[in-house]
Amino acid sequence: MRFAYYPGCSGHGSSVEYEASTQAVCKALGMELVEVPDWNCCGSTPAHSVSHELSAALAARNLMQAGKTGCDCMLTPCPSCSSNLKMGRHRMQDPDFKAGVDELLDEPTPTAENGGADLMETYSVLQAITENVDAASIASRVIRPLEGIKVVCYYGCLLSRPAEVAKFDDPENPMALDNIMKALGAEVLPFAMKTECCGAAMGIPDVNIPGTLSGRILDAAKAAGAQAVVTACPLCHMNLELRQRQAARISGKEFFGLPVFYYTQLLAYAFGLPEEAMRFDKLTVNPAPLLGMIAARRDERMAAVIENNRKSAGAAS
Amino acid sequence: MSNTRLDQARDLDFKRQVEKESGQNLSACYQCGKCTAGCPGAQFYDRQVSQIMRAVQMGLKEEALKNRSLWLCLSCSTCSSRCPNGIDVAAVMETLRSMARREGWVQDRPIESFWKAFLDTVKYTGRSYELGVMADFMGRTLRGWGNVEIAPQALLKNKMPFVPSLIHGRYEVARIFTRYAEKRR
Repeated sequence: MRFAYYPGCSGHGSSVEYEASTQAVCKALGMELVEVPDWNCCGSTPAHSVSHELSAALAARNLMQAGKTGCDCMLTPCPSCSSNLKMGRHRMQDPDFKAGVDELLDEPTPTAENGGADLMETYSVLQAITENVDAASIASRVIRPLEGIKVVCYYGCLLSRPAEVAKFDDPENPMALDNIMKALGAEVLPFAMKTECCGAAMGIPDVNIPGTLSGRILDAAKAAGAQAVVTACPLCHMNLELRQRQAARISGKEFFGLPVFYYTQLLAYAFGLPEEAMRFDKLTVNPAPLLGMIAARRDERMAAVIENNRKSAGAAS
Repeated sequence: MSNTRLDQARDLDFKRQVEKESGQNLSACYQCGKCTAGCPGAQFYDRQVSQIMRAVQMGLKEEALKNRSLWLCLSCSTCSSRCPNGIDVAAVMETLRSMARREGWVQDRPIESFWKAFLDTVKYTGRSYELGVMADFMGRTLRGWGNVEIAPQALLKNKMPFVPSLIHGRYEVARIFTRYAEKRR
């Protein structure tokens, strides 16, 4: 499996651990990622908030660059990037809209038979893993199961919405992350806040918005009995993890102390990949106690297995 | 609350314009309020989504366009995914924001400045650059001090590079912005 790959800007900044773990996990799963040459920012929320045409033009340049890789489709770990790239392509199926976008570009986008733009489709890495690797084959690779820990999976807004463009999972109750975490051996708790917005990038102009919204999500996770939150979005991660103390203060709660992982970090951990594939050192809410609990549980189980083997060997002789 | 003379205040061309630009049929809205009920931004809004939808239906241009809610919308699309009549409510909100901007009715300068700061870094470097966006935003608005709180940890963990990455095609990207600006003029 060979895919054009769009890391997204945050992969070089605030979510380097997501980028490292995504690369490592895809490699382990036999998914070859070919980085799109000289990709540009997708424009994120600011671009589509200002103009759909501008947003689509930024997407179009990336999709044309992606065409140079010779791959059939493009993957990106970031839900905001994937949403913008999908939406740009989707809107450019309309010939009039395409014409408007073409006016902004150095070279017009290629035309499909229906008159729309002929550009490749983008999928989130999560969707590609879900659709190309079954849960059993993920489970079969696990050498360090996430035993005995309770997690909730938080998807955010954009992985499955808007449904007709995202075309992935359930817009209200997605299960892709839940299924992966179950395959890794974690206990996945039902979570009502899976797709409630964390406050997105509003933290820059007003910290109270993500503070309030993320505080609610973290509070619900804690109340559900979760020991960690699993996410797939750099912006959600920033609000739930980097801003966790701020969220607690703004929402009038005690510090939650909930580690927030990218799902790829836990995949890399469970697959027994080396330390640099996980970059747990980049997390600001210390995950060491929780990882220690997993390791202790594993040692306990292994000790019991050895003890059992010794006993049965003794009984046989 | 002031009285509104519907016979004088209604601007049905406005309603038609919103329908055309958003591609949505506003008459399909029967005011169930589901969009408002699920909106994560509702607690911060000065006018609720369903009220804005009603204002558009009634052709009440100012009511629909002069509110901060259009800027506070988080683009999460919860409203669109729950609308029983299949209206892409988030697309309507986005259309209204563009229209308000064209009228010169930007109701939340800080958010507008944040978007501008973000897009400027993309225009000049080809990519977004977190530290640059924050510094630019704070310089423009003298706001955003709440972000200083998370800066030490972000910098300590080396999560915000000091140097932006410049792509080769940055002039190509800049031309997209220039053409867009010329087109809007």
